[in-house]
Amino acid sequence: MRQMNIKALNKTTKSNIVTYGIVILAYLIMEILMRAGVVSSLLQGLLVPLCTYVILAVSLNLTVGISGELSLGHAGFMCVGAFSSAFFSKCMQEVIPVSGIRFFLAILIGAAFAALFGVVVGIPVLRLRGDYLAIVTLAFGEIIKNVVNVIFLGKDSRGFHISMKDAFSMGLEPEGEVIINGPQGITGTPNDSNFLVGIILILITLFIVINLVNSRTGRAIMAIRDNRIAAESVGIHITKYKLLAFTISASLAGVAGVLYAHNLSTLAAQSKNFGYNMSIMILVFVVLGGIGNIRGSIIAAVVLTLLPELLRSLNDYRMLMYAIVLIATMIFTSSPGGQAFRERYSLKRLIGQRKETKEAE
Amino acid sequence: MALLEVKELGISFGGLRAVDDFHMTIEQGQLYGLIGPNGAGKTTVFNLLTGVYKPTDGYILLDGENITGKKTIEINQHGIARTFQNIRLFDELTVLDNVKVGLHNHYSYSTLTGILRLPKYYKIEKEMDARAMELLKVFDLDQEADYKASNLPYGKQRKLEIARALATEPKLLLLDEPAAGMNPHETQELMKTIRFVRDEFHMTILLIEHDMKLVSGICEELTVLNFGQILTEGETSTVLNDPKVITAYLGE
Ligand SMILES: Nc1ncnc2c1ncn2[C@@H]1O[C@H](COP(=O)(O)OP(=O)(O)OP(=O)(O)O)[C@@H](O)[C@H]1O
Ligand SMILES: [Mg+2]
Repeated sequence: MRQMNIKALNKTTKSNIVTYGIVILAYLIMEILMRAGVVSSLLQGLLVPLCTYVILAVSLNLTVGISGELSLGHAGFMCVGAFSSAFFSKCMQEVIPVSGIRFFLAILIGAAFAALFGVVVGIPVLRLRGDYLAIVTLAFGEIIKNVVNVIFLGKDSRGFHISMKDAFSMGLEPEGEVIINGPQGITGTPNDSNFLVGIILILITLFIVINLVNSRTGRAIMAIRDNRIAAESVGIHITKYKLLAFTISASLAGVAGVLYAHNLSTLAAQSKNFGYNMSIMILVFVVLGGIGNIRGSIIAAVVLTLLPELLRSLNDYRMLMYAIVLIATMIFTSSPGGQAFRERYSLKRLIGQRKETKEAE
Repeated sequence: MALLEVKELGISFGGLRAVDDFHMTIEQGQLYGLIGPNGAGKTTVFNLLTGVYKPTDGYILLDGENITGKKTIEINQHGIARTFQNIRLFDELTVLDNVKVGLHNHYSYSTLTGILRLPKYYKIEKEMDARAMELLKVFDLDQEADYKASNLPYGKQRKLEIARALATEPKLLLLDEPAAGMNPHETQELMKTIRFVRDEFHMTILLIEHDMKLVSGICEELTVLNFGQILTEGETSTVLNDPKVITAYLGE
């Protein structure tokens, strides 16, 4: 009896180690390829955004897969993390010259602000269910993006000045500096992100999400997802755990935003980086990777980000190929037929079968 | 003092008086049955007792404490646990984890302790595993501990629901048609298990059941509900031989 228990535990632990392993291995391979000089500069430029997408996908999976809430505003939390941290880094560039310490603090600030927005949005929104939740989170993401676009924030000897109109209305002294310049966003954020930092942040995100899922809190969250009424009947506090999952998820999206912001010389809130296009793209990663499947999210994010680049030579057929891959993956991961196929021909099962026959002999 | 005392309990859904002037007194350690034809209001009584519905009239005392109108979670913490007529398990979780969710409020460590995997995490999880396995063993489910709950056969799912309810350490256990969908052999086993739970856990049990063999086999007292009202109540054999009850079940 106890043995079986240990076996079950080992199974999840093993699977988690594989997940961490894949990330580390991918890093090492990329590092070696880059040293060897066979990685195009285009691909090199994609590495940090790729890490950003992986973190976003894993964190959204916490909301969608583990907590079972459809959120379409994930890019909004990323936006909050990006702007709050970029603002911090820009202001502190002279005060904290050591980039490591400054970036570490920037991550904490991005995470904290995104978490704060997670709570503020989550409290009213988590009372809604299903489609309503999706609509409200979608609206939230758009509002955040649009609000950021009309903020002008500057600094001079008298302190900070803010305006919602234009840069002049702040009334800065001549030597004052504009930090957030409305639609032009923040220019000159220190370039503290790199591939290694991205990988470390992915590993931390994985550590948080995986350990959370396999804990008392994670069980409560999944119990609510599986059966709300039953969860209540055994004394699980629904709102508390839903909000907790949502907030952690938002905060990790904020971290992705920090990584993203510190990789760009100009950070501006556009619909392609912080709008619903982005939110939906992250959701596509989660759905294609398999809802609730953390490793799947990572793989889907990587494949679907690299695919358009790799298909660039095909030009006209690029989007067609992309669509075909999307549909094929969806059928493969989600349809009952695809699942049956996977079960029948999975590597695990083929190996398992061989073992069984061995034992029988 | 009785463990459960219900007086003048009632609820209306729109124009329908689903339960009316319901009363019930259950002593500590009793095995009590609530029976009645389909649609009589039995499940509604459970939903009133567990705070799923707020009663429009009457009150509910558990161990002398007024729990009328409290929330489901609070009522569970006061000591009422239940199973559901249409099984409600945490389908995607393992059998073991289903029970561990039931243990949630009795074994505690913070979310941060869980994420950081502090020593307390391992200690408490181990205790929870041990306790959950103990409960699973009572229901002969220990071999299936790491199955996904939805992969259990129907009869075992019903048992798992009882194990999960017991994990919350209730004073009063409510079972809504525990034998539904079981074959006669499984029902026989279930009767033994229910008696065992009462004796070993000193549990007080209120159950709804249509299987008269089970009812007459293990219930000491019965209340019969018909069209939301109490038809009769009393000792099991007396009630079951009451012509009024027979007519209600067979229809005129
Ligand atoms: N939430 C609700 N809204 C409206 N009517 C309801 C609601 N819940 C129950 N009812 C009605 O109350 C009556 C009693 O239902 P209940 O489920 O309590 O019956 P029951 O005795 O458990 O029957 P069964 O033996 O079929 O389970 C039924 O007429 C039912 O339609
Ligand atoms: Mg019923």
